[in-house]
Amino acid sequence: MNVVLLGATRGIGRALARLYAARNDRLVLMGRDQAALARSAADLATRTGGGAPAAVPCDLDDPAGFPEALDRAFEALDGRVDAFVVTAALFDTQDHLEDDLARAHALLRVDFTNTVVLCEHVRRRMLAQGGGTIAVFSSVAGDAPRKPVAIYGAAKAGLSHYLSSMDLRYREKGVRFVCVKPGFVRTGMTAGLPEPPFAADPEPVAARALAAIDKGSPVVYAPSIWRLVMLVIRHLPRFVMYRLGF
Amino acid sequence: MQEAPVLGGLRPVASLSPPALSGWGQLGVPGRERLDENLARVTRGAVLTRGLGRSYGDSALPPPSHREVAGTRLADRILAFDPDTGWIRTEAGVSLGTLVWTFLPRGFFPPVTPGTQFVTVGGAVASDVHGKNHHVAGCFGEHVASLRIRVADGRVVDCGPDRHPDLFYATLGGMGLTGHILEVTFRMAKIPSGWVFHEAERIADVETFVARLQEAAGTWPMTMGWVDCATRGHGLGRGILQRGRWCEPSEAPPVPPAPLPRRTVPVRLPNWALNRWTTRIFNELYYRKQIPRATWGVLHPERFFYPLDALRKWYRLYGSRGFTQYQCVLPDRDAPERARQFLEVLTSRQGASPLCVIKDCGPQGRGMLSFPMKGISIAVDLWMDERTQALVDALNEFVIDAGGRIYLTKDALTRPEHFRAMEPRLSSFLAVRRAWDPTLSIRSHQSVRLFGDPP
Repeated sequence: MNVVLLGATRGIGRALARLYAARNDRLVLMGRDQAALARSAADLATRTGGGAPAAVPCDLDDPAGFPEALDRAFEALDGRVDAFVVTAALFDTQDHLEDDLARAHALLRVDFTNTVVLCEHVRRRMLAQGGGTIAVFSSVAGDAPRKPVAIYGAAKAGLSHYLSSMDLRYREKGVRFVCVKPGFVRTGMTAGLPEPPFAADPEPVAARALAAIDKGSPVVYAPSIWRLVMLVIRHLPRFVMYRLGF
Repeated sequence: MQEAPVLGGLRPVASLSPPALSGWGQLGVPGRERLDENLARVTRGAVLTRGLGRSYGDSALPPPSHREVAGTRLADRILAFDPDTGWIRTEAGVSLGTLVWTFLPRGFFPPVTPGTQFVTVGGAVASDVHGKNHHVAGCFGEHVASLRIRVADGRVVDCGPDRHPDLFYATLGGMGLTGHILEVTFRMAKIPSGWVFHEAERIADVETFVARLQEAAGTWPMTMGWVDCATRGHGLGRGILQRGRWCEPSEAPPVPPAPLPRRTVPVRLPNWALNRWTTRIFNELYYRKQIPRATWGVLHPERFFYPLDALRKWYRLYGSRGFTQYQCVLPDRDAPERARQFLEVLTSRQGASPLCVIKDCGPQGRGMLSFPMKGISIAVDLWMDERTQALVDALNEFVIDAGGRIYLTKDALTRPEHFRAMEPRLSSFLAVRRAWDPTLSIRSHQSVRLFGDPP
């Protein structure tokens, strides 16, 4: 299988890249930090004993660079990409985002607008090659209004909506959209935050996402308990949500 | 019951409101880890770096004036490996367990491993860890070629025996006090198979134990012993001697071993669950488990190297009070008598250890503060109660008198005057540290307690 990973150097993306590499899939790593890409490519090569995957710089905050980066990624895989996976995103706490509107603007731009634009580029290429899977890591934060993730959750809600709608539109034509919804995962992105219940390590989350991407499931919660948790939260009456800090 | 703070203000972590940091012995301070995949970023300006938190005492805890330490465990990339020679370069947060399960199927194993695989490479360097093969392979630091370190002034420095040797040798076993270890280049050991050939033998008393350990060292690459230190009198120090070597391909099962399933201790036991009497029963049963005088056979490497890793969070067996490990090395001269006297000091003060490990060490290593020296090392686990401090004081006085020393990685309770009396090497270590860090901006709870660093 030919796989492109944007965000492969850190967190869940790193864990997912290791799973793909371990089963000898052909990889292209994408990310904004060239030095980090080189280190991650070396890590995958030493862990598997095989060759190093290609690394293509791509910054989600620079949509003008998307076409060229995608050209290079598709070229590195001889023009065929079976799965395009995006784990890259910005995160910050609601308090920080309320205090720093420039940061909030960047987060909305990167996590929603630019991610959608990137997926649109990829969708066209996948239609041209006759199909493929676009898997994007959204979040349970986008499932229901909650106090601690208003702005981040809004971006992810929009992203989930886009992915699910596009899956309805294009599955028949061979392009499948997979929306992965992790809960709290212990990575550099969430370091320093108080741990809520059901916090998970990146490896099991990546393993569950991998199975869903292989299968082409439209929506997957990781760990799976979050499907139930979010179902309950979505049905809690508003007067309860006013009182909850969660 | 009100939990009294121990020397230097450590408290049982169960009594602290989060966020709190603790050593493996569950004694801790308020504080948190700063974690990131990018170790160069996260160590900038940090007071200390911490790996997987397996040191027992306060060596990975921030000094009292700080609340945050950098954490390495997300920096877990293996950067280069040469299958012809075994040379490997990794980020400091890679665990030895990752190296074991990545490279064992390819015929390589960490050159030295402590009794748990859940330690980072950076931690293995900072503690200059030793293992069952110390008498032939020395400490982890013997196999290290170079280190990349963020030193106190913020620079990132490469060091090795030929580049900044003072920094290099001070960092091996330097408890992370000379700088933040970012990358380590060392040599993995080539192994003929992934399985261990193992012999276990019942030993009647401690003098025999020391003699048999020293005898086995001549022919076996890996040795250690479990000692019953709850039984007094003639049977004092009876136990089970373990000897091992890697299986030759012809003896090994056809497939390489896979990681074993693990269980987790689900909750903290009540403090009274582990007491003198249950400890005695446990020791008796463990000793009697070895019913034939000797057994041998092929063993899974995890069962041989990491028996306790099968039980995650086993510190919960000690309850909320926390515990410490006391590990010392006694020089070779009169070692059998010294070992008996050590156990007598322990039992006469009613110290009963559920776990007591004995190992003969080879010569002192290259690290300026590296723990082992030629002699016999003994490690005992001690739960915290109102007698533990006095017991550690008494054991330290005995060790000073015997010309031995203690392992900083295990220590939470030693007094500074005792440590200075057993460490003539301390002043030269501190001189190197001062040269690289004049204001002692990198320090730990332990270095404040033992070296008199500013709080």
